[in-house]
Amino acid sequence: MFTPHTKHDVEVMLNSIGVGKIEDLFQEIPEQFRYPDLNLAPRLTEMETAGQLESIAAANATTKDLLSFLGAGAYDHYIPAAVDNLLQRGEFYTAYTPYQPEISQGTLQAIFEFQTLICKLTGMDVSNASHYDGATAAAEAVILAYGNFRNKRKKVLVSRAVNPQYRQVIRTYMQADSSLKIVGDEIETGIAPDMQKFIDQIDHDTALVIVQYPDFFGRIIDYTQLIETAHQFGALVAVAVNPTALGMLTPPGDIGADIAFGEGQPLGIPLSYGGPYLGFFAVKNALLRKLAGRLVGETTDVEGKLAYVLTLTAREQHIRREKASSNICSNQGLMTLAATIYMSLLGKHGLQQVANLCYQKAHYTADQLSGISGFSLVDETTPFFHEFVVKCDEPVEEVLEHLLQHNILGGYNLGHDYPELENHLMLAVTEKISREDIEYLSAVLQEENHG
Amino acid sequence: MAEPTIFDLSVAGRTGVTFPEPDVPETALPKGFLREKLQLPEMSELEVVRHFTSISQKNYAIDLGFYPLGSCTMKYNPKINEVVSRLPGFAATHPLQPIDTVQGNLFLMYSLQEMLKEIAGFAAVTLQPAAGAQGELVGTLIIHKYHQERGDHQRTRMLIPDSAHGTNPASSAMLGFEVVPLPSDERGNVDIAALKELCDDRLAGLMFTNPNTLGLFDENVCEVVDIVHKAGGLVYGDGANMNALLGVFRPGDVGIDILHFNLHKTFSTPHGGGGPGSGPVAVQQHLVDYLPDPIVGIIDEGDEETAPLYGFIHPEKSIGRIKSFYGHFGMHIRAYTYIAMLGQEGLRDVAEIAVLNANYLQEKLKDTFTLPYDRPCMHEFVLEGYWKDVPDIHALDIAKRLMDYDFHPPTNYFPLIVHEALMIEPTETETKETLDRFVDAMRKIAEEARTNPELLHNAPHNTPVRRADELKAAKDLVLCCYVGDDWPGVQE
Repeated sequence: MFTPHTKHDVEVMLNSIGVGKIEDLFQEIPEQFRYPDLNLAPRLTEMETAGQLESIAAANATTKDLLSFLGAGAYDHYIPAAVDNLLQRGEFYTAYTPYQPEISQGTLQAIFEFQTLICKLTGMDVSNASHYDGATAAAEAVILAYGNFRNKRKKVLVSRAVNPQYRQVIRTYMQADSSLKIVGDEIETGIAPDMQKFIDQIDHDTALVIVQYPDFFGRIIDYTQLIETAHQFGALVAVAVNPTALGMLTPPGDIGADIAFGEGQPLGIPLSYGGPYLGFFAVKNALLRKLAGRLVGETTDVEGKLAYVLTLTAREQHIRREKASSNICSNQGLMTLAATIYMSLLGKHGLQQVANLCYQKAHYTADQLSGISGFSLVDETTPFFHEFVVKCDEPVEEVLEHLLQHNILGGYNLGHDYPELENHLMLAVTEKISREDIEYLSAVLQEENHG
Repeated sequence: MAEPTIFDLSVAGRTGVTFPEPDVPETALPKGFLREKLQLPEMSELEVVRHFTSISQKNYAIDLGFYPLGSCTMKYNPKINEVVSRLPGFAATHPLQPIDTVQGNLFLMYSLQEMLKEIAGFAAVTLQPAAGAQGELVGTLIIHKYHQERGDHQRTRMLIPDSAHGTNPASSAMLGFEVVPLPSDERGNVDIAALKELCDDRLAGLMFTNPNTLGLFDENVCEVVDIVHKAGGLVYGDGANMNALLGVFRPGDVGIDILHFNLHKTFSTPHGGGGPGSGPVAVQQHLVDYLPDPIVGIIDEGDEETAPLYGFIHPEKSIGRIKSFYGHFGMHIRAYTYIAMLGQEGLRDVAEIAVLNANYLQEKLKDTFTLPYDRPCMHEFVLEGYWKDVPDIHALDIAKRLMDYDFHPPTNYFPLIVHEALMIEPTETETKETLDRFVDAMRKIAEEARTNPELLHNAPHNTPVRRADELKAAKDLVLCCYVGDDWPGVQE
């Protein structure tokens, strides 16, 4: 289908190689295993394939068909048209990793700009070219911190209010090293972990403390004291951040974080059922040499012209092999480009606007819901950004089912990840949700309650 | 002219997009948590569009020309992939929706798992890994856990052929495996005698790329697998080079235990300037329970009346979750589309033409360049980019000079076992005319090396920038744009 060869081409080429037929080129493959019969559907034309894919897609109900309050790590933001339009330039998406700087300045400059945007957004000094997603960025933070202390500090303290999937991925990555203890999130404290108790666990064996901001439940917590204590013990602190919230909130760099990382999906990347997204990752200068992943730097060419190149590659697997700081090879190239275009389009004013809209609408939603009997806001005192938790008197699955019947994706059932939070529902509200939508949700929940 | 950065182009007060004013009663902002400054660029939409269009034109890309980058399989990325993966039915689904609202997604992922199983001859597939390197990590985690579960704690050695990709040793080292290099023999195969010597009860596994990075199919594949298995080890197959084998050979049939795919190489999903990739992993029956959590399966068979219900399965001895959600779903759609359009017949055609193209180029170039392993190759081959009579010309010079002829250079200085390596992979989507033009350019460059070597040393001449000072980049580190008056250099 995508091979352009005419019969004549094949003949001429075989002749030139000096073999009679193409099969002769595969003589080194053991004969009994050559040309297996594959049980695959017969090939389709492009027209048929497009039709098939359209009907598969039609079997889904989407966030366009349903009013969605789902968040929990992936958020439905408006993506300006120019983002995807520019991403579809073949010069960007059909290019390889920019190992040849002379003919990759487009990709390199975009990554360089991405690094800058992430630094400015998070208040950090150095950003890499990205990791796969927020969860793998969390694992890379642990690897970095562990290596920073030459594997001598054996403890990583992680808050239970860090995204459960991030915590799972950290444990998957680190499972082969039984001497490393990943602790701090085991006790079923629900939505109200005791900050002082958590801080008290920091000691001289602690390599890294990981917290989330806003936390997994959407709350804005003051980590100043935690970071001070960690630094007194010589430990590093990594803060997982929601980039949209940073349109409004003090960045982690300003409160002393050593590492800031997070899920970049809210920055112009479609939900796309969980991927591809992007993990951003930034550090203070002191940790620069420990940073994994790609880095783009500025330099000049032989004529003195400004040029961008991949730099400090000596940390990477293709040079260092088993001594590399990570096995990471790719970054999320095109996704970082999406985030770079998104941030350029929104700029300072746009991102502030989106953050404010999320904040205002989430608070209005929380306010509406707290007036409905059978539903109560779980934490009425801690400030929150665009996500919050309500406790339901009825089983949350029934509430969600009722909402779905009214074309509403009601949010995330926290009982999936937190046994102690059975019947707790978490809702996320973005700028795409209107007042009318919120009042519709509220009306349907009233009905649920009285129906 | 250098294109200014988005920060250079920023003018206070501009914005490329505006949002509606809040339509809800305002709530006070959280005091004490508000940031003071936010240094993001301020640009109009048109300025943004022109900026990114302008820098895009400084890239080489498959859509522009021939990309014979060895081990990267830079084949054409069909446009239909981009259309279907953007269908709102896929792109606007949230990963935490109830499964009965995303049966289309789950059906597609399940079907792709089945297709990959069938193509490579395995019992189960996970689509979760984000890239080839993460697929390798999954594979090595499975090997680790498998031996631990069996109480074989002493199995800590991973054999890795000297021709392997750098990610192989890096992935193994991440799990604390002792990396033991395995030499190649004079035909480019795994050295059987050396392998036998290294196979004892400390053996955890072998990471085996076949065809290897020399582009050669290991003629002793069955014996290699057998030796490792008899010693109690597992064989990990690096599927980076699967393009040569589609419809021709299934690694699972000879007992390879684990294999990762690179959807962005073999199955036409775009490289995106360095990602996102996708690295599904296939395993044999005895390793199914170790796969990452979750994988997609049928959780209710259904009957004549009702369709089967697709959902998530949690493997019993799983190594755990390896990334958020279920993998790079957008890439799964593209790979599914590609396989659906090829079927068995088309897949075999891909491998055959890829191998035909590579052998044609090898044949045409081996008189001009030294071919260290003179055998029929698979989808790629490796030349020496070096001639004894012009010793100050290096592979790098040849690679850079190719840019002046509007070709992307081959991979150079890899694999490490070939002196001044030039690793060439044409892929099946290139015409004979393109290959002939490439041959002409390579021969012309060989001639220039003798007649005008400075042309090569100073190449490229016609590119947006010329050879860049990489030492300076690493020494005077500047990793951020100038923003206002802030000096962007790094003070360590």
